[in-house]
Amino acid sequence: MATGAGSLRPSAKPAVSAARIRAAADKSGIVVPGLIFGVLAGLPVAALLVPEGYLLDLATRIMIFSIAAVALDLVVGYGALVSFGHAAFIGLGAYAVGILAAHGIGETLVSLPLALAVSMLFAYLTGLVSLRTRGVYFIMITLAFGQMAFFTASSLAPYGGDDGLTIAARNTLLGFALFKYPRALYYVALACLIGTFFLCRAIVGSRFGRVLRGARENPTRMATLGFEVYRFQLAAYVISGGLCGLAGFLLANAADFVSPAYMSWQRSGELIIMVLLGGIGTLYGAIIGTASYLLIEELLSGLTEYWKVIFGPMLVLVVVFGRGGLVGLLARVRWRRRHG
Amino acid sequence: MSLALLFVQILNGLQLGVLLFLIAAGLTLVFGVMDFINLAHGVQYMLGAYLAVAFYTLAGNFFFALVLALATTLAFGLALEFLVFRRLYGRDHLDHVMATFGIILFLNHGVKLAWGAAPLSLPIPDLLSGSVVLMDGLLYPVWRLVIIGSGLAVAAGLYGLVNYTRIGMLVRAGATNAPLVSALGVDIRRLFMIVFGFGAMLAGFAGIMIAPILSVEPGMGDTILILAFVVIVIGGIGSIRGAFLAALIIGLVDTLGRSFAVDILRLFMGPSPARTVGPALASMLIYVLMAIVLYWRPAGLFPVKGR
Repeated sequence: MATGAGSLRPSAKPAVSAARIRAAADKSGIVVPGLIFGVLAGLPVAALLVPEGYLLDLATRIMIFSIAAVALDLVVGYGALVSFGHAAFIGLGAYAVGILAAHGIGETLVSLPLALAVSMLFAYLTGLVSLRTRGVYFIMITLAFGQMAFFTASSLAPYGGDDGLTIAARNTLLGFALFKYPRALYYVALACLIGTFFLCRAIVGSRFGRVLRGARENPTRMATLGFEVYRFQLAAYVISGGLCGLAGFLLANAADFVSPAYMSWQRSGELIIMVLLGGIGTLYGAIIGTASYLLIEELLSGLTEYWKVIFGPMLVLVVVFGRGGLVGLLARVRWRRRHG
Repeated sequence: MSLALLFVQILNGLQLGVLLFLIAAGLTLVFGVMDFINLAHGVQYMLGAYLAVAFYTLAGNFFFALVLALATTLAFGLALEFLVFRRLYGRDHLDHVMATFGIILFLNHGVKLAWGAAPLSLPIPDLLSGSVVLMDGLLYPVWRLVIIGSGLAVAAGLYGLVNYTRIGMLVRAGATNAPLVSALGVDIRRLFMIVFGFGAMLAGFAGIMIAPILSVEPGMGDTILILAFVVIVIGGIGSIRGAFLAALIIGLVDTLGRSFAVDILRLFMGPSPARTVGPALASMLIYVLMAIVLYWRPAGLFPVKGR
C-alpha cells in the first residue's frame, strides 16, 4: 500500500493550470505592482549616484514601452484580440508630436490631445473592420493596417520620409519647458504608467471588463446573454490604441526623434513578446516583461554585436519550458513551495 | 505607358507571384494542417539563398549547389520541427508567434555571424543567362522566365500531389479536421513532419531561385514573409488553390501598382503630389486589398470547409 500511495503522489500534484496561474496572479496583483512602482519612484534618487543620463534614460524607455505593453495586454490578455499592429498607435502618437513640432507648436496641451485623438481615431476605424474577423485573420488584418500606417509615414516627404524627423525642442507645458529635464520626464512617464496600470485594472475589474473576459472565453454565450460583444471589443481596442498613443507622445519627447521604424511590424512583434515574456493577462506581467526584454537587450548587446543569436534561443526556451511567462514561473514556484 | 512596358511588368508580376506561391504553399499547409503559425518560414527562404551561395563557392556549379541547398533546407526544416515545433502543437497561437520570432532573431543574426552583414550575390548559370526577344522591342531576361516556369511546374506538381496521391489526400483531410484523421489511425505526427519539411524545402527553393537576381542579405526573409501571410490570408488558410490564385493576384497588383501608380495618379492631380502619394499608395495597395477581401469574406477567398 505504501508503495502504491507513493506512486500515486505525482498524479496528486496536477500541473499548474492557467486558471491557477491567473488566481495566483490576482492575489499578488497589488503587491508586485506596488513593489515595481516603489522601485521606479526611488530610482532617480539612486540615479544621482551613477553617471548622469544612461540609467535614467533606460528606465524612462522601459516605462514608456511598459505603458504600451499594458495597453496591449488589455486587448490580448483579456479580450483574446491578438493585435499585430499596435506599434502603429505608438508611431501615430509620436508623429503627432513630431509634425506639430516641425510647425513650431510644442505645447503639451495641444500635442497630447492630438496624439490621443489620432491614435484613438485610427483604432476606431481599423477596429470597425478588424473586429469582424477572428483568430488568425484578426492577427493578419491588424498587421495589414499597421503596415499601411508604416508606409504612410515613410512617404511623408515633408516630414523626413524614410529617414524620420528630428524634434528640435521637446514639448512644453503652459510654456514651461518641463520635458527638457530628464528627471521631470521620468516622473511624468512614471505617473502615466501608474495611471495606465490602474485604469486598465479598473476596466478589467468592472462590468465592462467582465463582458470582455466573457467574450474571450465564449463569444457566442456572451452574445446569447444579450451583450453586443463587438461594441465592447471595439471600445477596449480604442482605449488600448489611445494608451499606445500616450506612449508614443512620451517616446517622441524622450528620443527627440520620430521615424517610420516605430511602426514596423517587428516593433509590433516585440510588443507582443514583451507581454508574453512577462505573463499574459496580468497587466503587471507586461511591465515585468518589458523591463526584462529591454534589460536583457541592453545587457547582451553590451556583450556582443550578435546578441540576438543568444536572445532568440532564450525566447524559444521560455516558450517551450516556461508557460505563462515570468509571472507564471513565479506562481508555479510559489505554488510548489506551499504544496510541497 | 507603352504596351511593351506593360507586358514586361506583367511578366515581373507573374515572377513575384510564383515566388510568393512557393513560400505561401508551405506556409498555408503548415498553418492549415497543424494550426501552427510559423513566422520562421521567411528565414527558411533566406537560408535557401545563403546555402546556394555557400555551396556555389564550394562547388562552382549552380545545379550542384541547387541540389545540395535543397537537401540542406529540407534537413534543416525537419530538424527545426523535431527540436522545437513539435513541442508547440496544440499550444496557443501566441506561443507559436514568440518561439518562431526567437528563431527569426537567431537565424537573421546567425547568417550575419557566419557570412557577414554585407550582401552576397550568386551568378546566373551561363546556360540560362542573357535575354530573349519576346516581341518587337521587348527583351526579357531568361532567368526570370526560368523562375516563372519552375514555379508553375512546382504548382502543377503540387496540384497533382495534393489531389491524386494518398499523402495528398491525408494532407487535405488534415487541413479539414486533423484530430479526426489521427483518430482514424493515421500517424499524424509523421504527416506533420513531412508537410513541415516539404514546406521548408519549397521556401528554400524560392530563396535559391531568387538569389541570382536579388542581393542575398540578412533580413531578406522578413518582407517576403509578410507578403506570404497576406497571400495565404486572402487565399484562405489551408487552401493550395487559394494560395496560388492569391499569390498571382498579389504579385501582379504589387508590381503593376509600383510601376504605374504615379502615372495613374497624374491623371487626377499635379505631378508633384502624385510623386509623393504614388509610391506610398503602391506599397499599401496589397494591404488595402487584403482588408477589403477580409471585410467581405472574413475567411479568405477559398475557405477550407470544416475550419
